Amino acid sequence: MTDSKYFTTTKKGEIFELKAELNSDKKEKKKEAVKKVIASMTVGKDVSALFPDVVNCMQTDNLELKKLVYLYLMNYAKSQPDMAIMAVNTFVKDCEDPNPLIRALAVRTMGCIRVDKITEYLCEPLRKCLKDEDPYVRKTAAVCVAKLHDINAQLVEDQGFLDTLKDLISDSNPMVVANAVAALSEIAESHPSSNLLDLNPQSINKLLTALNECTEWGQIFILDCLANYTPKDDREAQSICERVTPRLSHANSAVVLSAVKVLMKFMEMLSKDLDYYGTLLKKLAPPLVTLLSAEPELQYVALRNINLIVQKRPEILKHEMKVFFVKYNDPIYVKLEKLDIMIRLASQANIAQVLAELKEYATEVDVDFVRKAVRAIGRCAIKVEQSAERCVSTLLDLIQTKVNYVVQEAIVVIKDIFRKYPNKYESVIATLCENLDSLDEPEARAAMIWIVGEYAERIDNADELLESFLEGFHDESTQVQLQLLTAIVKLFLKKPTETQELVQQVLSLATQDSDNPDLRDRGYIYWRLLSTDPVAAKEVVLAEKPLISEETDLIEPTLLDELICYIGTLASVYHKPPSAFVEGGRGVVHKSLPPRTASSESTESPETAPAGAPSGEQPDVIPTQGDLLGDLLNLDLGPPVSGPPLATSSVQMGAVDLLGGGLDSLMGDEPEGIGGPNFVAPPATTVPANLGASMGSGLSDLFDLTSGVGTLSGSYVAPKAVWLPAMKAKGLEISGTFTRQVGSISMDLQLTNKALQVMTDFAIQFNRNSFGLAPAAPLQVHAPLSPNQTVEISLPLNTVGSVMKMEPLNNLQVAVKNNIDVFYFSTLYPLHILFVEDGKMDRQMFLATWKDIPNENEAQFQIRDCPLNAEAVSSRLQSSNIFTVAKRNVEGQDMLYQSLKLTNGIWVLAELRIQPGNPSFTDLELSLKCRAPEVSQHVYQAYETILKN
Amino acid sequence: MIGGLFIYNHKGEVLISRVYRDDIGRRQAADSAIFSSSGLPLEERLANRRNAVDAFRVNVIHARQQVRSPVTNIARTSFFHVKRSNIWLAAVTKQNVNAAMVFEFLYKMCDVMAAYFGKISEENIKNNFVLIYELLDEILDFGYPQNSETGALKTFITQQGIKSQHQTKEEQSQITSQVTGQIGWRREGIKYRRNELFLDVLESVNLLMSPQGQVLSAHVSGRVVMKSYLSGMPECKFGMNDKIVIEKQGKGTADETSKSGKQSIAIDDCTFHQCVRLSKFDSERSISFIPPDGEFELMRYRTTKDIILPFRVIPLVREVGRTKLEVKVVIKSNFKPSLLAQKIEVRIPTPLNTSGVQVICMKGKAKYKASENAIVWKIKRMAGMKESQISAEIELLPTNDKKKWARPPISMNFEVPFAPSGLKVRYLKVFEPKLNYSDHDVIKWVRYIGRSGIYETRC
Repeated sequence: MTDSKYFTTTKKGEIFELKAELNSDKKEKKKEAVKKVIASMTVGKDVSALFPDVVNCMQTDNLELKKLVYLYLMNYAKSQPDMAIMAVNTFVKDCEDPNPLIRALAVRTMGCIRVDKITEYLCEPLRKCLKDEDPYVRKTAAVCVAKLHDINAQLVEDQGFLDTLKDLISDSNPMVVANAVAALSEIAESHPSSNLLDLNPQSINKLLTALNECTEWGQIFILDCLANYTPKDDREAQSICERVTPRLSHANSAVVLSAVKVLMKFMEMLSKDLDYYGTLLKKLAPPLVTLLSAEPELQYVALRNINLIVQKRPEILKHEMKVFFVKYNDPIYVKLEKLDIMIRLASQANIAQVLAELKEYATEVDVDFVRKAVRAIGRCAIKVEQSAERCVSTLLDLIQTKVNYVVQEAIVVIKDIFRKYPNKYESVIATLCENLDSLDEPEARAAMIWIVGEYAERIDNADELLESFLEGFHDESTQVQLQLLTAIVKLFLKKPTETQELVQQVLSLATQDSDNPDLRDRGYIYWRLLSTDPVAAKEVVLAEKPLISEETDLIEPTLLDELICYIGTLASVYHKPPSAFVEGGRGVVHKSLPPRTASSESTESPETAPAGAPSGEQPDVIPTQGDLLGDLLNLDLGPPVSGPPLATSSVQMGAVDLLGGGLDSLMGDEPEGIGGPNFVAPPATTVPANLGASMGSGLSDLFDLTSGVGTLSGSYVAPKAVWLPAMKAKGLEISGTFTRQVGSISMDLQLTNKALQVMTDFAIQFNRNSFGLAPAAPLQVHAPLSPNQTVEISLPLNTVGSVMKMEPLNNLQVAVKNNIDVFYFSTLYPLHILFVEDGKMDRQMFLATWKDIPNENEAQFQIRDCPLNAEAVSSRLQSSNIFTVAKRNVEGQDMLYQSLKLTNGIWVLAELRIQPGNPSFTDLELSLKCRAPEVSQHVYQAYETILKN
Repeated sequence: MIGGLFIYNHKGEVLISRVYRDDIGRRQAADSAIFSSSGLPLEERLANRRNAVDAFRVNVIHARQQVRSPVTNIARTSFFHVKRSNIWLAAVTKQNVNAAMVFEFLYKMCDVMAAYFGKISEENIKNNFVLIYELLDEILDFGYPQNSETGALKTFITQQGIKSQHQTKEEQSQITSQVTGQIGWRREGIKYRRNELFLDVLESVNLLMSPQGQVLSAHVSGRVVMKSYLSGMPECKFGMNDKIVIEKQGKGTADETSKSGKQSIAIDDCTFHQCVRLSKFDSERSISFIPPDGEFELMRYRTTKDIILPFRVIPLVREVGRTKLEVKVVIKSNFKPSLLAQKIEVRIPTPLNTSGVQVICMKGKAKYKASENAIVWKIKRMAGMKESQISAEIELLPTNDKKKWARPPISMNFEVPFAPSGLKVRYLKVFEPKLNYSDHDVIKWVRYIGRSGIYETRC
């Protein structure tokens, strides 16, 4: 008897015929008809019109027929809710059937019929089945609770099914336990806060016992559930691990991976000094390797997970490089994943083998694979310094093959090698230039252009090369255009005499003929830099670049920790948190690795805080920033402003030396205006539009000096304020503050990525400023900044940078670059960060200097509402390096004589008058004397900030 | 969990479609929230349900380029697929499911189907679609895999379907306790007149060798397959020359340790059938179990140390000008002269622009197969410690293709009557306390077969 004939009936009037057959008296004919109906249903025909006739066949003692009718019901009941009720009676009756298989079948099917009226009738049979004497019925009923919960969660709670389900965890039958665990886990996922699973050492013990006895699938449910438990201390974690490790020898890869998940998670709690920790590490490697001999689809899942495991605990597989060597007939998805892991495991010890393999792969057929192999060679060079030379020569060999995509890929990675090892391999540039014409992919073209621009001084015909690209400027992709713009500006700064025309050309192409705002903005910035201050331009454009980091594609640590909790699941295959691909609220609870807690320690010390948990101690960013900014832009200067108003500032910025002969210094001693380059400023109308925005954000900081609230310890630190709002910087939000601690100044930055793409390659630069503040080290952002991630960086500063007097004096203009763009903002730094530690003048000196400074340099200020006595004032100021030289009491008033010195050697002397006895008069009077009276205003601000916070 | 399961033929036509969860096939979650039970016209709701089915066909089966991943995400729906001959099996989900479990389940599903009706083909699936639906209803409940041991399933899902009425109450409860019980893979009351068991040690030896004869990687992946025809619920204990066990036992007599140490093998890792008590293996390294009836895979293992490589391939490729290649390949057999290797096949790849080949071989038959771009050299039998050689002249068409020929490795196939890992079965003891047969009454057969896995030498 074959069933395939049912698929072939396509004639008209079929439904009608089927109807007749369904109502036939003959059992066999009936069954045949139902089979035909199911076959039609499968291939997508609508057979819902037969609903009443099929349901009529339900009352039968033929189990096979019954199952077919149930299958039909599950498909169509929802479209015919009223008729589906007809089936209820049979269901209820079947739930009482003496045959456990039929009882289970009825309760299983009833749960799949998503019709409200039927679910009402389901409750009673379900309650009975949950307590059925037969385990087969109980295990089916357990899953049915999850089904019912999916249809009507409230009903399940009201009917008390959850408690019954919890009781089933202690059932004598392991399969009932497993299904109950699965159902509870699913229900718990939609109620993240409820303590539904209520895992405690006792219930964990029950689960571990059931683990040894149930089916492979049940073991997976239990292990996945165990992974959500957080043991109370390391001892408990270890004992669970001990009982889970035997699962690593299971033939089912999913059992193995789920066991690995539990172990990886609980290992987090074990001390590394423990012997057991080492044992466990050793036990993990062989099963992971064994997974690679499974079927290719499972290998793929395993490899994606191993990729995570290798990033989290590289020590596990560090000796297993060979098993990841690609086999000739591996499916392409396995090949690509193996390659990824090979690079991660590459080290000095095995690099020779790895390189030999990669070279083999670079001659394979699959284009994607070959590209990745070439790229991998470059990554090896960057990762293992000792191998760099060999890698470069391998890449050169590959370039000689002239296979187009190999050449392009090689050039892209060589660019990175140059960045990592400057001044080492530039001799290969000539070879690269030979292949210029064959490059047709944007990334390769951009890389090559970057190389030409960066090393323009070593390439004789750099101008010709770049010019050749310029011809088709508008046909290039944005990536290439941006790179070309920068490269030509670099070239110009290096060889100004011959390339003027070229740079003019590219600037006008970028600014006037392009619709791309990024390109236009960058063009304007270069243009302005070049016309305003070529020296600064040189500093900005030709600045020394920070070295690129070793591993460029590591998964960001908090995401990695989360993914470790999802080993074996889709999230670990996609390398994305479930929220990225699961709809609605289900399963999007963020998981994190457990913190390490030793049983011997009673209190948690701060060092053992969760590795992946975000640090919570950030000072709050002042929330009203946006409003203040709004006020500013409306020129509604309600609050007291201590700096110059917006108008002057923006004019000043826009008008600085726009047309001046700033290029002279670059061009040597040529007379101004004659032979010098003839830069025309960009059309004036566009200037305010472009610069106004960034000015506004810079100005908002004016308020921060007075509105911040902080604790006093050491030099006063203002809370972080937003310097660059995300909307102005393509999603990068920068807030920060300045600190001074034992002689070193630093800028504490907080970078937040509010964009959707990952940000990398951060760099920072300051414009020249009044006190020569400059970064003492490059901006170190170690990992790429993923969306919604925040990173805190302390950037050390020194005061040996070039000096230019700014207005206001403490204005600092900053440029921050990342892979997306360059952003500019300005901020005001509090002057007290410049007060040096040896600012205490001796008494005699103080007197002499005070007299020596002319009286017109004296400035008077009032510090209002400061109810402190002389001691408090003195000590508070001293912590910010304002030193009290002498103290006098004149007519009930305390007079403090104080001195301070700025980083550039300027002394400031102060006389502070305090009236301690008079509570109603709490103002302090401050007289400042200084040879450079411009600073007085800012010193006063510093006083006020320090004393009032 | 698994939301739905579809089986397609090579054209992408649906043969089997079973939806377990409501979220599958919904066009948008919002849709169903608003029109949950009524409102939406029936046709449209049905069309929605078929959406997931169609999405897979359009995006994977009919995709223009080669499939790049066994997991595909289309519009927030994830599809897992495996292919058996030209049949596609796809599992669909909208949740963050255990991906390893889904694939394991799909393989299991194939095994179960094969156990019921043989080869998985369009014809067989159409012929058994009612049975497949019945199986799918049993082994997957709300997307959670349930007992899928064929032994247990066959007791109550039968192709006759009518059996259930004639079962007695005892029979019924025996079925359910077996399906849910601790020993779900074996039913009670099995009786054989002759108690017999067969053990097959099947190994595949994998090698990647450099042209200079350096072993780049080599491993053996082995399986111990058991066919048991034993009465009752026999308790079995399996022993092999596992280094750890031998060393543990030989501790008392140092002399024996050194002697047996040579014969013992270091197993890198092994996995067991679910009947083996894993905790016992973990603590005592003893392999004890109650076997399923009939054939099953007792264990899998992997070794990498001291592998006997049955053959050594020595390639010599010389390019004579731009239009000619000279290839000489020597194979040497490296095992006891008394043993015979069988089904030897050496595959020497040739460039795509080959125009003609002349082959001379000492033994066996060699042929150039243009469609496979290879010279295939077959030898029926070869004894140990022998050597054979082939030489070929390959004429090439001149091309202006810049790309060099990739020179795929020379691969080999063979079968040898020993275990290249050195594994030896030491004992398999059977205890059945309730029935009156002892270990001695059981007839036991052991066989070793070593086959080539991926056995390649680069040239």
